[in-house]
Amino acid sequence: MSALLVLVPFFSVLILNLPFRPAGKKLVFGVAAILSLLQMAAVFIPDSAFWRVNQNAFGNIFNFELSADILSKLVLFCIGMVSFSALFTTRYFIQDSDERFNFINVILIAVAGMNGVVLAQDIFSLYVFLEITAVASFILIAFNRDALGLEGAFKYLLLSGVATVLMIAGIALLMLSAGSTNFSVIHSVLLNHNKDFLISLAIGLFITALFIKSGLMPFHGWLPDAYTSAPASASVFLAGVVTKVAGVYVLIRILVSVIGFSASIKSVLLFAGAISAVIGAIAALTQSDFKRMLSYSSISQVGYIILGIGSGTPLGIAGAALHIFNHATFKSLLFINSAAVESELGSRDIEKMGGLAKQMPVTSVTSVLGSLSCAGIPPLAGFWSKLVIIIALWLAGYKIFAVIAVLASILTLAYFLTLQRKVFFGKPNDEFKDIKEAGFSLAFPALLLAALMVGVGIFSPWVLNGFILSFSSILGG
Amino acid sequence: MFLEVLILIFLTAAALWTVMTRSLLRSAMGLALTSAILTVIIFRLNAPLAGVFELSVCAGLIPVLFISVISLTQALTYKEALEHMKSRFARFWALPLIVIIAGIILILMNVKLKTKLPLPESQADVRFVMWHLRQFDLLGQIIILFTGVFGVVILFKERKKSG
Repeated sequence: MSALLVLVPFFSVLILNLPFRPAGKKLVFGVAAILSLLQMAAVFIPDSAFWRVNQNAFGNIFNFELSADILSKLVLFCIGMVSFSALFTTRYFIQDSDERFNFINVILIAVAGMNGVVLAQDIFSLYVFLEITAVASFILIAFNRDALGLEGAFKYLLLSGVATVLMIAGIALLMLSAGSTNFSVIHSVLLNHNKDFLISLAIGLFITALFIKSGLMPFHGWLPDAYTSAPASASVFLAGVVTKVAGVYVLIRILVSVIGFSASIKSVLLFAGAISAVIGAIAALTQSDFKRMLSYSSISQVGYIILGIGSGTPLGIAGAALHIFNHATFKSLLFINSAAVESELGSRDIEKMGGLAKQMPVTSVTSVLGSLSCAGIPPLAGFWSKLVIIIALWLAGYKIFAVIAVLASILTLAYFLTLQRKVFFGKPNDEFKDIKEAGFSLAFPALLLAALMVGVGIFSPWVLNGFILSFSSILGG
Repeated sequence: MFLEVLILIFLTAAALWTVMTRSLLRSAMGLALTSAILTVIIFRLNAPLAGVFELSVCAGLIPVLFISVISLTQALTYKEALEHMKSRFARFWALPLIVIIAGIILILMNVKLKTKLPLPESQADVRFVMWHLRQFDLLGQIIILFTGVFGVVILFKERKKSG
């Protein structure tokens, strides 16, 4: 029945579009918001039959082989949560009913694509659904049809195209070696033949493709442009969840369910993660554009997640998964904050801002919380995931990388404090003295995400143990 | 064996020409040619259905779409085209060399590939594979096509004039 998570968003788009378009325009926001809430609720269905067994509810059509474990459910929750926030941002920014209708439709398609990626148990199906997500993202970035948006979308299209070619070549080679594209079949073949030239080549191609999709250094060229030039709600959606699903989730899934961890893969991940975490943070320090700073911060945080994966232990993977969730919360929140500031001030240049804390209290408070969570300050949620990642690195014997992770965290704190000081505190700019708080549609998701972040942070000590234990079981440890 | 090598050489040459030639129109035709040669290889590998798809879609439909779009744009003058060719040549002159050197290295490495044919698929009828074993992909491909069309419609339609 988990196929419904793919089928319902897609068929909603079809139904909203085909016969009842005028009614669809009125309903689209409500339908999409309810679907994202239902998706978040569905994650808590304990019934394993819902997630695993094909009950042939539709006869011999829609008879898919899908499955979900704790990692998939966590990511499905993130998809629901971020799309819910992005919908409110869309409602605030896109006033024209036609445009808004189209935009929300594309978000629904992207949700269907990402849910397919998360549930797929076959490397080729996974690729097909990744492409759905990618095509929907190009449309979202270019949605305003301005020069910058088109440039950002085109850069993403080109690099994503390169990633696609590498990925499909990797899949073909894996199919040649294993005789199937199913996760478990490839996994059992790789257990015996992991030294083959062809298999190593396939794994190398696949992982490179995923590095491009996740925007890791040195493949990050597309990311700041795409995030910065996209419409505000598209930035929230892309930075919060799309690139995390398309790159990072797939990387974890492929490593856990198909390839397994070898010493060389671990060292590649650790190096790539450390470089991204540090250089991303240093690059963020030098930015004066609000959104661009957040984009570089994303690269740095993805580096963190990759460091966690690189430890190769259940603890590290659990930390990485938790950081995907936390990143989805605080980065969506910060992008909503940047959108609120940009819509009120008409500028993203943080050098010109100052003292906005009095005029925009909700934005200011939530963005302080988001920044502190991102920098890993206790007791906010970001602290726990970073702590788990650092402990996992230390316990796995990668002490140098654990130290690098701590240092990168200090850099994160540095650029966020700079950002906070320049935007919300310090000397007010007279030019912006009549600024007010942005509307309810931006304040509501911001408050919701901030509350979630604080709540998860406070309750983490109680739930963390059970969460990490469930990762031991999916890694077979 | 000799025939296979010959066809592969043609394929590589056609692909190189597609990338390096002076106009987009020629590139589109080069793509059709490359696909047509690939079709021959697929036929010789005993996959007639895949060959038919390759020939009709990749060698037929896609170049036709490309050529119709190119014909809607303004053509370069002969002088501009020559300039363009020079710049392409300056950018891509190393490509044939890389192909040849990579080929020689692969021959010298004498890689022995242990490959398996797909197990369940090879025994089943293509129609069965498509509609029963690969149903999820089929749905995915339908969504991709739909998304592509939807994207073109919303990105390229005339915008309402609003204030």
